[in-house]
Amino acid sequence: MPVIELENVSRAFTVTSRTGLRRTRREVRAVDGLSFTVEPGEVMGYIGPNGAGKSTTIKMLTGILVPSSGSIRVAGVDPSRHRLKLAKRIGVVFGQRTTLWWDLPLKDSFAVLQKMYAVPRARHAENLATFVELLDLGDLLDVPVRQLSLGQRMRGDIAAALLHDPEIVYLDEPTIGLDIVSKARLREFLAQVNAERGTTIILTTHDLDDIEALCSRVMVIDHGHQVFDGTLPVLRASQNAPRTLIIDLATSHPPITIPGTTVTKTDGPRQWLTFPTTTSAAPLVAQIAATYPLVDLTVTEPTIESIITNLYAQAHK
Amino acid sequence: MAESLTKAEESWLSKATAWPGQYWMLVVMWIRSSLAYPASFALMLLGSALVTGLDFVAVLLMFSHIETFGGFTLAEMGLLYGTASMTLGLADLVIGSIDRIGQRIRTGELDVWLIRPVSAFLQAAADNFALRRLGRPLQAGLVLVISVAALEIDWTVAKVLLLAVSLISGSVIFAAIFVLGGAFQFVSIDSAELANSFTYGGQQLTQYPLAIFGKDIVRAVTFVVPLAFVNYYPVLQVLGKPAPLGLPSWIGLLAPAVAVVMVALASLAWQAGLRRYRSTGS
Repeated sequence: MPVIELENVSRAFTVTSRTGLRRTRREVRAVDGLSFTVEPGEVMGYIGPNGAGKSTTIKMLTGILVPSSGSIRVAGVDPSRHRLKLAKRIGVVFGQRTTLWWDLPLKDSFAVLQKMYAVPRARHAENLATFVELLDLGDLLDVPVRQLSLGQRMRGDIAAALLHDPEIVYLDEPTIGLDIVSKARLREFLAQVNAERGTTIILTTHDLDDIEALCSRVMVIDHGHQVFDGTLPVLRASQNAPRTLIIDLATSHPPITIPGTTVTKTDGPRQWLTFPTTTSAAPLVAQIAATYPLVDLTVTEPTIESIITNLYAQAHK
Repeated sequence: MAESLTKAEESWLSKATAWPGQYWMLVVMWIRSSLAYPASFALMLLGSALVTGLDFVAVLLMFSHIETFGGFTLAEMGLLYGTASMTLGLADLVIGSIDRIGQRIRTGELDVWLIRPVSAFLQAAADNFALRRLGRPLQAGLVLVISVAALEIDWTVAKVLLLAVSLISGSVIFAAIFVLGGAFQFVSIDSAELANSFTYGGQQLTQYPLAIFGKDIVRAVTFVVPLAFVNYYPVLQVLGKPAPLGLPSWIGLLAPAVAVVMVALASLAWQAGLRRYRSTGS
């Protein structure tokens, strides 16, 4: 049974623009005919350029926004009609604003959330202890939220969103503005929550490393339309982006010639050889080693950035 | 059909019983937040006490030159002033923060409220709860006690009851106006001042005998924005004075009914505002 179901969901906004004295109204479809399902325990990366409709989708899934047409079911209910009831079963993290009480110590926000969500005391204490340990919040509990760094506050916000054992968590750009160490720690934590609690996670992000580290599934939307839905390897393969073999030879050589491959760059004894995703690297390496004085080599996968740029370009053709 | 009706009743009942506890929980959080800046809190409290305290001094000064004002003696004025100040003060304390909703819409914090399992209305009412607003009801209480003691009327059970009920219905009318103003901010984000002219401005108006303002004003505050029912008509009834505009003297007894109508209007307006927000996202 899917935990999230969207069927032909659209959300239109009326945009009023003023040029001189004339006001023109036009309808913008932020989300246009979106259908998909998410199974319990999935971690789905939801990506797209700015204004693609990501936040609009999340707002509809949480029940904040009412869809213009189509039907949505989250945890078995219509989110916009049962917003308050659904609220207890979902967790939301808005990367750019906090749900914590700004002037109060972190632990006070956690305490009021326990009451607000009516979490049994023992369960709350257990969860709190787990999150304090995993997110390293021990020293921060007595610090007013306004004094926390961005990374610390984000950890606090994520703990806050998970304290009531939500079945589904929406994370809207949770790693925005964080340093590399904080990002890595957060991803590790989220992976653990998903593995141990079976929490379904929907992640919108601009940071493709988040997707790479966490998501078993990627959905790409653009202009309110779904342009891709699948796994990261399939996304890579579907775009036929070539892989690159970086070869270090003992001495400088003219470009290597092997059918089906191209040398894109040479730099002294180092050569960059691109080959299709469908070709296995091992026989290629063997072939090179047999004919050339091979010293070292590295295989690089195409970056997700390049794949997605490619995808957007195709969608606009 | 019957089943769905009981369900609806049940959810309404569980909501109503959960509200006081949830409201109190949020209020406590905001009070503690404001105590995070003790100096600022103390200064605000002092400032608020001074302003409300001086408010009635203006009335006292006026009566050092005149005996009656619009047919009211000083003690009667005290009763009128005290009821106006008390009802606005209580409404402002409990629900006045709702006028910050426009700001919350602009910053996107309303979205944060909407993902919580507590009604957005309660969160808006408790938003930044200001304990310093306790100053006005306290000052009003003092004025009321002194005025009632100074009044030379025969206090009957009916009159005491009428006064007590009118304090409640008056507070509810002001509260409903606060909510209507908040609801209007869903349409026009910067309209907080408009509502203020009816609430804080309304209190300035209703602390005087309305008859002095002329018939048009009296008509407006009777039939358009029913501020006259907050305290003026009930007080006229208590003091045994005739109602203006040839209205029956028992018009003061209608105050609770007016309060009920205002609550219904405010509730509809708030729901419409929230529905508009949730279907336009702005």
